[in-house]
Amino acid sequence: MVTYIIRRLIGALAMLFIVSAVTFSIFFVVPRLAGVTPDDIANRYVGRAATAETVTAVAEKLGLHDPVVVQYGRWVKGVFVGAEYDYGTGVEQCPAPCLGYSFVTKQPVWPDLVDRLPVTLSLAAGASVIWLVIGVSVGVLSALKRRSIFDRGAMIIALAGVSLPPFFTGLVALSLLSYGLGITAPGGAYTPLTENPGLWAYNLILPWLTLAFLNAAAYARLTRAGMLDTMGEDYIRTARAKGLKESKVIGKHGLRAALTPIVTIFGLDVGILVGGAILTENAFSLQGLGKYATTAIAANDLPKIMGFTMLAAFFIVVANLIVDLLYAVVDPRVRLS
Amino acid sequence: MKKKALVVSAAGAVLALALSACGGGGTTTPAATEGGGSTSAPSAGAAGFNAGLENVTNPSDVKGGTLKMAVTEDWDSIDPGDTYYGMSWNLLRIYGRPLVTYNPAPGAKGRELVPDLAESLGQSSDDGKTWTYKLRAGVKFEDGTAITSKDVKYAVLRQLDKKTFVNGPTYFNDWLDLPKDFESVYTTPDVNTDSAIETPDDQTIVFHLNKPYSGFDNFAALPATVPVPQAKDTGIKYRDHVVASGPYMFETVEQGKQYVLVRNPNWDQATDPVRKALPDKYEISLGVEANDLDNRIIAGDLHIDIAGTGVQPAALGSIQTDPALRERADNPVSARTWYISILNDNPPLDNVECRKAVIYAADRVGLQNAYGGQLAGDIATSLLPSGIGGWKKLDLYPTASGDDAKAKEALTACGQPNGFETTMTFRSDRPKEVAAAESMQQALAKVGIKLTLKGFPTSEYFTAYAGKPEYTKANGIGLATNGWGADWNDGFGFLSQIVDSRTIREAGNYNLSVKSPEIDALVDKAFATADTAARDAVWGEIDQKVMEGAYVLPAVYAKGLLLRGKGVTNQFITGAFDMYDYLALGVQQ
Repeated sequence: MVTYIIRRLIGALAMLFIVSAVTFSIFFVVPRLAGVTPDDIANRYVGRAATAETVTAVAEKLGLHDPVVVQYGRWVKGVFVGAEYDYGTGVEQCPAPCLGYSFVTKQPVWPDLVDRLPVTLSLAAGASVIWLVIGVSVGVLSALKRRSIFDRGAMIIALAGVSLPPFFTGLVALSLLSYGLGITAPGGAYTPLTENPGLWAYNLILPWLTLAFLNAAAYARLTRAGMLDTMGEDYIRTARAKGLKESKVIGKHGLRAALTPIVTIFGLDVGILVGGAILTENAFSLQGLGKYATTAIAANDLPKIMGFTMLAAFFIVVANLIVDLLYAVVDPRVRLS
Repeated sequence: MKKKALVVSAAGAVLALALSACGGGGTTTPAATEGGGSTSAPSAGAAGFNAGLENVTNPSDVKGGTLKMAVTEDWDSIDPGDTYYGMSWNLLRIYGRPLVTYNPAPGAKGRELVPDLAESLGQSSDDGKTWTYKLRAGVKFEDGTAITSKDVKYAVLRQLDKKTFVNGPTYFNDWLDLPKDFESVYTTPDVNTDSAIETPDDQTIVFHLNKPYSGFDNFAALPATVPVPQAKDTGIKYRDHVVASGPYMFETVEQGKQYVLVRNPNWDQATDPVRKALPDKYEISLGVEANDLDNRIIAGDLHIDIAGTGVQPAALGSIQTDPALRERADNPVSARTWYISILNDNPPLDNVECRKAVIYAADRVGLQNAYGGQLAGDIATSLLPSGIGGWKKLDLYPTASGDDAKAKEALTACGQPNGFETTMTFRSDRPKEVAAAESMQQALAKVGIKLTLKGFPTSEYFTAYAGKPEYTKANGIGLATNGWGADWNDGFGFLSQIVDSRTIREAGNYNLSVKSPEIDALVDKAFATADTAARDAVWGEIDQKVMEGAYVLPAVYAKGLLLRGKGVTNQFITGAFDMYDYLALGVQQ
């Protein structure tokens, strides 16, 4: 088990290294291959009346004239040992893990990411609990009451949930519940959990439900399909023939077997979500990682995009690892070695 | 200035649905009555659609409350020395005091310059090369330190360092008579800069220019003259704690998330005839989703959209169908023109008749619709927007749906009777420009001019493609969508950067089409003309020369549909920024 985890952690580090190299190449190598010069890149970050000398000086300051390998090496070095940034009247230390300085806001990227993380974690945690509980419950009930009115109704709602994007459902929900009825918080409202748990939940309930509506639908359909398969298996018939209680047949033998693919997808979904629930955060003006990423992309702020990508990749890699570990818990046939 | 970037994303989409039902008139603006006494002296008490264009709506002098503002994205910087957004220039006056500012009054009166930190407008000498200002006595920073002329000098000098402060304009870099060995207050702090700015005493500051400029008060109104105490300057990090000289100071600075400003205890109303400083607090939310922002203003949860560029299409629909909302809306003309550059580097567009053929053949109504319809803008007859001094309606070209006969005449005159082929660039992530390019392609095809359309992302449009001479020449670019907003609302503030061929550089140009020694000479003449009316006339003449040379095809003078906040007092459109004035606002108690 320990060896397995160590081996997977080494693999995860290698994966992050590859992701960083590929991402860096996309932003810094591909444009060069397309004929974009360092000054062209720097031109995005200067005022509209900047002279050629200023543009060149800014490109120099951002290190864009250096070979890409040197720039990448400097970025990797920053991650492990930190970096420095000249802010005019002095030099600022950016301690490790320094993911670079924003070309636009001139702020170090890592503290920004850390600052935004609680919002995204809060959103992901609440929404994932809601969608898992609702999605799996509805899926199980639908499977057990196959072709009933409940089953058909639930699946229609599930289809709607999968089809409607959060930026639509979010804005409609805000319009109706927050600005129309005034029963939920307006967009942009967020209170840290440590400050006021009640207000934290109140402010986030609408984003949670919006995000959960999207994912619960998918989970309900997935659970339903899995349960239908499982409940038709021979061992279920055997369990019933042995006189086991129906609740035990469903819970211990049916659902547990159907859970494996759900655990897989749940782990990945949460990992992706922690990397930024982009649409939901934007719809609700929540200042999380997803909002940070869209702002960075709109501003072509390469260090920010790079930092966000690495953090998102980290969460996905970690989620994958956790999912693999959970397999052994959910499915006794799986052995980690 | 970068009213531009936000204008594009907001106003553009907005008015795409612009409805003829709402277009034009319909104002219920009552007759204005003169208000009282100060420089602002606005007329008062108006209500209804477009009431804020020429009148103060919901006038009040009641203090207190929190004014809630929001914007979809953060702007470049709150450091007055490092910002180039119109909304920022408007807003920063609540925490910073430039030497001169714009009269907080509705409409054209808002373009008048009035002394702010200075006692009076500048006194010029040496044929407009020297400008002297006396500072008001008793003005203090938020920490209680007295503000002196040296703080203003330092503020102007520090922002000349464009390696550090990349965002702001370069007017002072270009015009001050700086010593050759001066690089930056950070790298060459010991170089004597008295040849550029002198401070003979704590209340006097003297600017020396390298060439005459009669409109220097416009420079003195730039955020760069907001004083900065040298001891508190932290270079690019100064934006984390800007030291206030205005009635409000920063309590919270969270870039990209929020700013909170509270009263500056060391601001004295007696030293400030310009500001009323009514709210107790300003809460500014950043990164608010655009539709949510509109909904919150409609509901009264927010008061002001700082961007000041107009509502989104969804809110536009609501405004048009809901009379109560329509009563809260204003539809001002902006100092911005959307146009198409006609590049003359490659034949046959090096021939003026071929350029004229393009203008004759263009469907001007189609272009107006492409840019959003009547609420989004009026059909433009020249480059200079209608609200700027010196503008006159030109009648050189038809403004309907194209004149094919005249276009063919022009084509014959330029030796291309069967038309020609060229390439048109546009910003592919801007639906309005895509529509404009398609409109041009269809209209010009009728007279045999075949356009190949090439779209590029906004972020690289001017830096790598449409603004890079090497690219446009090598790739036969003939037409390019373009747009420009004034740095300030006079001929210099609008035209100087887009008609003077001497400003063209290797990349990042907004102008590659207007290249005329005659126009360059007129620009110099305008710089040196002291009388405002005469100077405006020169800018008007330049505007006419641009059209006579067919260097650009003007599309629309931009307009935005803005919504007044619930419970906001003293709200009106200032002609200085063509958005709500942020100095006079209050909150109903």
